[in-house]
Amino acid sequence: MTTSHETKEQINRQYWRMNIMIMTALLSVWALVGLGGGILFADILNRVTLPNTGLPLGFWMAHQGSIIGFVFIILIYCVALNRLDRRHRQQIANLSESES
Amino acid sequence: MSVQALTYLFVGASFALYLGIAWLSRVRDTRGFYVAGQGIPSIANGMATAADWMSAASFISMAGLISTMGYAGGVYLMGWTGGYVLLALLIAPYLRKFGHYTVPDFVGDRYESNIARVVAVVCAVFVSFTYVAGQMRGVGVVFSRFLEVDVNVGVIIGMAIVFIYATLGGMKGITWTQVAQYWVLITAFLIPAIAISIKLTGNILPQVGLGATLTGDVDGTHGMYFLDKLNQIQRDLGFSEYTAAFQGGWDKTNVFLVALSLMVGTAGLPHVIVRFYTVKSVKAARWSVFWALLFISLLYLTAPATAAFARYFMIGSLNEKAEEQLPEWFNNWEQTGLIMWLDDGDGRVRYEAGDGNEIFRSGTLPGSEIASIRQQHQLWVDSDQTRGADGRIILRNRGLSGPDRDIIVLATPEMAELANWIIALIAAGGLAAALSTASGLLLVISSSVAHDLYYRIVNVHASEEQRLRVGRGVIGIAVVIAGIFGIYPPGFVSQVVAFAFGLAAASFFPAIVLGIFSKRVGTVPAVAGMVSGIGLTSFYIIGTVFFDMDRWALGIVEGGINPQGFGTIGMIVNFAVTLGLTPLFPPPTDETKELIESIRQPEDAGPGLDLEDVL
Repeated sequence: MTTSHETKEQINRQYWRMNIMIMTALLSVWALVGLGGGILFADILNRVTLPNTGLPLGFWMAHQGSIIGFVFIILIYCVALNRLDRRHRQQIANLSESES
Repeated sequence: MSVQALTYLFVGASFALYLGIAWLSRVRDTRGFYVAGQGIPSIANGMATAADWMSAASFISMAGLISTMGYAGGVYLMGWTGGYVLLALLIAPYLRKFGHYTVPDFVGDRYESNIARVVAVVCAVFVSFTYVAGQMRGVGVVFSRFLEVDVNVGVIIGMAIVFIYATLGGMKGITWTQVAQYWVLITAFLIPAIAISIKLTGNILPQVGLGATLTGDVDGTHGMYFLDKLNQIQRDLGFSEYTAAFQGGWDKTNVFLVALSLMVGTAGLPHVIVRFYTVKSVKAARWSVFWALLFISLLYLTAPATAAFARYFMIGSLNEKAEEQLPEWFNNWEQTGLIMWLDDGDGRVRYEAGDGNEIFRSGTLPGSEIASIRQQHQLWVDSDQTRGADGRIILRNRGLSGPDRDIIVLATPEMAELANWIIALIAAGGLAAALSTASGLLLVISSSVAHDLYYRIVNVHASEEQRLRVGRGVIGIAVVIAGIFGIYPPGFVSQVVAFAFGLAAASFFPAIVLGIFSKRVGTVPAVAGMVSGIGLTSFYIIGTVFFDMDRWALGIVEGGINPQGFGTIGMIVNFAVTLGLTPLFPPPTDETKELIESIRQPEDAGPGLDLEDVL
């Protein structure tokens, strides 16, 4: 009884660790895209223009690029976390099966 | 049909739609009233969140702000969308798992303290009221400009509509009405932008048109990139280039602080967070943040195009024009005081950055004062500058150079000479944006007072009927208070929007994030953090905005910190105080640790999900 309890805790801990990892990775992208591309490096990026448009890159990142990036970050998070949830559910189900 | 008849038609039809939806989605229990029975599909919740989020400020004022700020306007674009990433990754799924009704609920339960709950209630109510006052005013302004009724009559009509659907349907009615309002407002925003984009650049997508070349139909410049042309015009008139970064007061540090403060504030605003309590599951909560940002980005990716196009039309149709050449829209909007022309005597309009500028706005000055300034100015011109007073200097010193930013969205369809029905559509869109946000905020006020104060603290044995009655009553009172703010706007309404974000960033965000991601932070450090965060932020904003206190530089900003960006400092202080005090105070009880553990796990019926039992 005690061992299965511990494994469940282990599974939960593992799930949380994975969650934190995905979150940290995506938050870094968020900071890089929004705070980095749109602000901190905007003046440097402004020296380049997006090909075939009149849009300086830094200006574009601040006005449009970062927003597109944010939408994709959340999309990736949803897909990754919902997949992680499914795996987690499966592991818990396996555990209770082996218990009985 | 005339613009006015079409406006009545569109506004009338959209109001009938909202009331019809309210009747169909009326509710009978508190769960329906506060969290729509937790049965809203995630796409619908995404649309409702988008409408809830995009206020009169987003719809009417934001494009105008960007139009005058150029690159720096990006702080609003990034700030008001980037917060959704924080919301999705750090807050929404966990609070949905927690599963109660309100943000103060979470703060109170997690930190095991009614003091924490009350602090959260006070923040939620304050933030919501400052916000809702602006919305009600927005309703009145749209009514008065498009339908030529008195501003106050407009506010009262808006109040009546919100009152009916909010008390009848609670969160459920509000949610489905917001879905309809989203479509009204996004259509109203996109159609003029598309029409202008086709006209200027031949590109059907305004988001793409921003980077495209000019067709030459408007002023004969052909094949040049639109933004290059705009930059050139700006330079010629002494303004900084539209796309150049970090001009004027917007240095890199301030842009950074303001953008971050708006992002964190967005993630901490109670009326946004509470929307994620309404969906079926944790998974649906994640997806609905995605849908919300996708729907929001439709408007936010279009706004920079509208802003830049409007800038171009605005300058092109005014500068160097003689009185008889002035376009019709100028004469229409001059009556509203949003734009006015004080000639220096040569009979030609000059709109530029320097002292020769002749385009102003009346701001909050009363009509009588404007009339006397204009009279003195006319005298000054007629008497060859010997008598009277130069009105341009007076208005410039009052910071009223250039047109009012609201004119950009409101008048752009007229500037671009679009069809009457498109102009009329703008009115319906502006009203949808203001009403949807107002109703979401009113519900937060109602749930904070009726649920967190009345039910959780004052009368814990209240019956379901009593609670519902109190909830409806509080919405009614809140509508009236908001309406009074709309009719007698305190002068600070426009300035306190920054306050609302700063406050949310400095109070809720750290408390919620630490509440989820730390099992060690206890009651005292959390409350101390919230109080010091809010205290410092309010002190700075009130001091700099209302009492001419000098801006603090803190060794990081040369010209001092923009009050809109101080929420970032407040948030850092909150985190620092909370984490600094944590080792000195006891950790939460085992019961709370279990609660945190259950919030972190995606399934298992933890205490948060057993809603049926709670009721």
